[in-house]
Amino acid sequence: MRQIAVMVGQRLALGLLTLLAISILIFGATELLPGDFAEAVLGQSATPETVAAIRRQLGLDQPFWVRYWAWLSGALQGDFGASLANPDRRVADMIGVRFGNTLFLAGYAAAMAVPLALGLGILAALWRNSVFDRGVNAGALTAISFPEFFVAYVLILWLGQSGWFPTMARVPAGVEMSERLWRTFLPALTLTLVVTAHMMRMTRAAIINLLASPYIEMARLKGVSPLGVITRHALPNAIAPIANVVAINMAYLITGVVVVEVVFVYPGLGQLIVDSVSRRDIAVVQAVALIFAAAYVLLNLAADVVSTLSNPRLLHPR
Amino acid sequence: MARAELLRMRDIRIEGRAGDAWLPIIDGVDMTLHRGEVLGLIGESGAGKSTLGLAAMGHVRDGCRIAGGAISFDGIDLRAAPDATRRRLRGRRIAYVAQSAAASFNPAHRLIDQYCEAPVRHGVMTRAEAEADAVDLYARMQLPEPDRIGWRFPHQVSGGQLQRAMTAMAMACRPDLIIFDEPTTALDVTTQIEVLAAIRGIVAQFGTAAIYITHDLAVVAQMADRIKVLLRGREVEEAPTRAMLAAPRAEYTRSLWAVRTLERAARPPSEGGAVVSVRDVSAGYGGVDVLRGVSFDIHPRRTVAVVGESGSGKSTAARVITGLLAPRTGRVLFDGRPLAPDHRKRTRDDLRQVQMIYQSADTALNPKHTLREIIGRPAQMYLGLRGRALTERVRALLALIELEPDAHIDRRPSELSGGQKQRVGIARALAAEPRVILCDEVTSALDQIVQEGILRLLDRLQGEFDLAYMFITHDLATVRAIADSVVVMQHGAVVEAGPRDAVFAPPHAPYTARLLASVPEMDPDWLGRLLDRRDAGQG
Amino acid sequence: MGVATLLAVMAGVVLGGAAAAWLFRAALVALSRGALRRSLRGAPLTACFGMLVIALYLGVAILAPLLAPYGERAVVTVQFAPWSADHWLGSDHLGRDMASRLIYGARNTVGIALATTALAFMVGTTLGLWAAVVGGWLDGALSRAVDVLMAIPSLIFALLLLTIFGTSILTLVLVIAAVDATRVYRIARAVAQGIVVMDYIEAARLRGEGGARLIFREVLPNAAAPLVAEFGLRFCFVFLAISALSFLGLGIQPPTADWGSMVRENATLITFGDVTPLLPAGAIALLTVAVNFVVDWQLHRASGLRE
Repeated sequence: MRQIAVMVGQRLALGLLTLLAISILIFGATELLPGDFAEAVLGQSATPETVAAIRRQLGLDQPFWVRYWAWLSGALQGDFGASLANPDRRVADMIGVRFGNTLFLAGYAAAMAVPLALGLGILAALWRNSVFDRGVNAGALTAISFPEFFVAYVLILWLGQSGWFPTMARVPAGVEMSERLWRTFLPALTLTLVVTAHMMRMTRAAIINLLASPYIEMARLKGVSPLGVITRHALPNAIAPIANVVAINMAYLITGVVVVEVVFVYPGLGQLIVDSVSRRDIAVVQAVALIFAAAYVLLNLAADVVSTLSNPRLLHPR
Repeated sequence: MARAELLRMRDIRIEGRAGDAWLPIIDGVDMTLHRGEVLGLIGESGAGKSTLGLAAMGHVRDGCRIAGGAISFDGIDLRAAPDATRRRLRGRRIAYVAQSAAASFNPAHRLIDQYCEAPVRHGVMTRAEAEADAVDLYARMQLPEPDRIGWRFPHQVSGGQLQRAMTAMAMACRPDLIIFDEPTTALDVTTQIEVLAAIRGIVAQFGTAAIYITHDLAVVAQMADRIKVLLRGREVEEAPTRAMLAAPRAEYTRSLWAVRTLERAARPPSEGGAVVSVRDVSAGYGGVDVLRGVSFDIHPRRTVAVVGESGSGKSTAARVITGLLAPRTGRVLFDGRPLAPDHRKRTRDDLRQVQMIYQSADTALNPKHTLREIIGRPAQMYLGLRGRALTERVRALLALIELEPDAHIDRRPSELSGGQKQRVGIARALAAEPRVILCDEVTSALDQIVQEGILRLLDRLQGEFDLAYMFITHDLATVRAIADSVVVMQHGAVVEAGPRDAVFAPPHAPYTARLLASVPEMDPDWLGRLLDRRDAGQG
Repeated sequence: MGVATLLAVMAGVVLGGAAAAWLFRAALVALSRGALRRSLRGAPLTACFGMLVIALYLGVAILAPLLAPYGERAVVTVQFAPWSADHWLGSDHLGRDMASRLIYGARNTVGIALATTALAFMVGTTLGLWAAVVGGWLDGALSRAVDVLMAIPSLIFALLLLTIFGTSILTLVLVIAAVDATRVYRIARAVAQGIVVMDYIEAARLRGEGGARLIFREVLPNAAAPLVAEFGLRFCFVFLAISALSFLGLGIQPPTADWGSMVRENATLITFGDVTPLLPAGAIALLTVAVNFVVDWQLHRASGLRE
């Protein structure tokens, strides 16, 4: 048990270290620019006064590590400073509700995609080379080849134009849950289709890999039924690979969220980061990027911990 | 033999998928087994032994199919029977023991859970009865702590013990037939004895019929009543064990003995001192010493064999000599002058003088290069040969290793047989014109008849080019065939060293004695005698 | 559109595609010889369809000025003109000919994606093979750095870099290539690590071969097959990433004809039930499907040969 605690502790420490490195990278990326970010943002319209104003706001007159420390300690308390494009607004206020909206959409899509993908992947692996397997595979291969906005517009054309679901996913505050689920159905479905395809293919590959193990053949040769082979012999060893597959695909989900939010005009972080990139509002982009990266690191960390906890070699040391 | 017939296979044909085509793996083999009888299936890799053994359970691996023939187990047609019928037989009346017990036990469950699965699922025993029975069988298999070992996980038990636990598991429902698929191949010789003895004992106690699959004639001689020899999916011959050992009929069966007939008188150490001296070397990885104070010499124009089981450090010694692993203490001398510990610090001439031949020619030759590049590169690098001179040199080397130069010079390794690839490995070493060649288990991956050709070639080249060999091997028959002196290693230290005949003749160091006694002999009574002697010694 | 008509159209498309793929395979088999011919004969119809589509796209991209009825940037009619004999696919939000822009888009979008993938591959494989061959602290340092970079979702990282460097085609290519090179590095290193443990690499080291020869003569030839398949996969990711950025208005900038931006510019038509804006999106999807079909076949072949 001590060994497990140490292993999990190491993973957590590594995760924190990664997050720290990411935060340096996200904050420090502006240093890559030849010259000065304030001049680059203002471009042709730069006047000495405006450049100086932005410099002051970004604190460019201070050394990097001082600025970084101020930013990080603020971020840890939920304060990301003021927006660059609109100095009257706090970045934290802009993120607030949107963060919840994006989490809701991603969670909605994950709740549909994960069971669907795992189910399809496991069945396809079991009935390998059957008509079902080939059909699901061809479908998945096609789905991962489609840009998210293509899937989104096809759904709008098909399900939205017929009036079954709203094509604009506006969610005013205080909307009831059922109403909210209905209004955000199309963006969630778009994400589900794209993520399911990836996740199903990886699940299938992981299970097929597992089914090739000698101990699976041994179970079959002991007369264990096909269902018993899966439930008693394959699944206990499949926890780690499946956890990894799920974690990896949540990254696709994050990427997909950005495009899908724009298509459906959904008020989430994806919209915000796209708008801020075109306005070159670095303060907002850094904050949103940090949130997305942290979510991704945490997911991977969770998968790592689950894998560790499901490994009999670690649970029962010699 | 008046015993009832248990298994009857007729004209079995099994095919494997290769791209879009189906190629035969088993091509019209008959097999009959009576109750309580042990049949040995022997053949080289790729002969189809395992495929045939699994077919006796009505099972084929993925990518294979039974294309024809009849399989009848105790009157049940296994090919026509529905899946449910086959499942009821498997584990209960026919059981399987796999080659690698470590991979064939499910890592997620305790041994006892895996043991109880078949008897409980098939309704032969209750869980409590099965557990009690397991403890009894573990004791019969001479496993330590039989009442506790079942409650461990596979990774907590050693390889030899796992193999015995797997045999106990196969025996759980007291089946009529057990298929043993190379159960001791992955084990060291001294461990192998225990497993062989346990398997033989338990099969005899319960009168179980068995198919024993192996590539080792001496092992099968201990285990089987009858032996069937397979070659490329066809039967070569079948005879009772004693009859076959006394008078093998087929030419191919006789060739399986070939390497054991090769023996050369050991020569005394040559004049003028050692060419390579390993002096008091300790070395290892990550703070753990794999070698501890090892010293030995390699003499010019002589062969020193370094023997030991896996983990004894014999290959690590070679890595220290070549400079792949720097010793923690101690030195390697070449002509009395110390070599740099790291190969990157050695001069090109030092690198040239010591060449290496590997166990697996498949991984030792770059599959994307032609023989011209493989053999030519050392000659180009070390001797500065170019153009025509280089081609001529490669052709001469190919002729030396008995490969026709024009036909082979532009081939790639994938177009050669296993023995030919190993010869190319030898030519590459020769191309550097070295004084010392380190041979790391060079014949272990080869079939017997090919082994002999390689050993004869190495012997001839030694005479022609005044080469010194260091021969790393676990096979004592090879040592007898080629070595002048022997170094015996255990746990990273030299336990005995000296001229070959002195090491092989008593008195032995205790480990050498055990090692020598553990090597199976081609005599069906060898295992019985050994066990009797051991019992007497302990009693 | 009723479900029955939809199914009928889909069945028609699949059958038509299969027939075209079958004919294309017959033509390829007739034109080739030796090992190539054998492997083509065994190619599944999906892969042949993929190769046919890739060939068509390449043809269109190369011959764009000859095929397009109008100029890439010329305003030739009213805004959002319907489909007609003069303007097969109507016109866009500025009155430019849709069909012509679609054809030029093949050149711009595919060309930029190819260049980006090639750049990512050169950087990624060189570093990956180098790390695997040299090992030690270099491998450790590079791999840790890549781990950190890969812990940021690729689109988000690209958005961050685009904010800093601004949006132009050059920065777009460099940014996407940099983000993707980390993924290529991972694959190349993993493939090479399987190779550097081989005895022939040890033999080459003991012979005294230098790093460059080890990487390019000993390791690379053996890593080529999996890396080529990976190139196809990476191309799909890059192509989709660039299209997504262009769709968001942050990638290839107007007036250059590009499929992603064309969807964005004309998206309003979709709300009126017009499918025209979906055509460039469909063009992206079709090429990605085609490449994936071919890659899948190659991967399947590689895994089949190993067994």
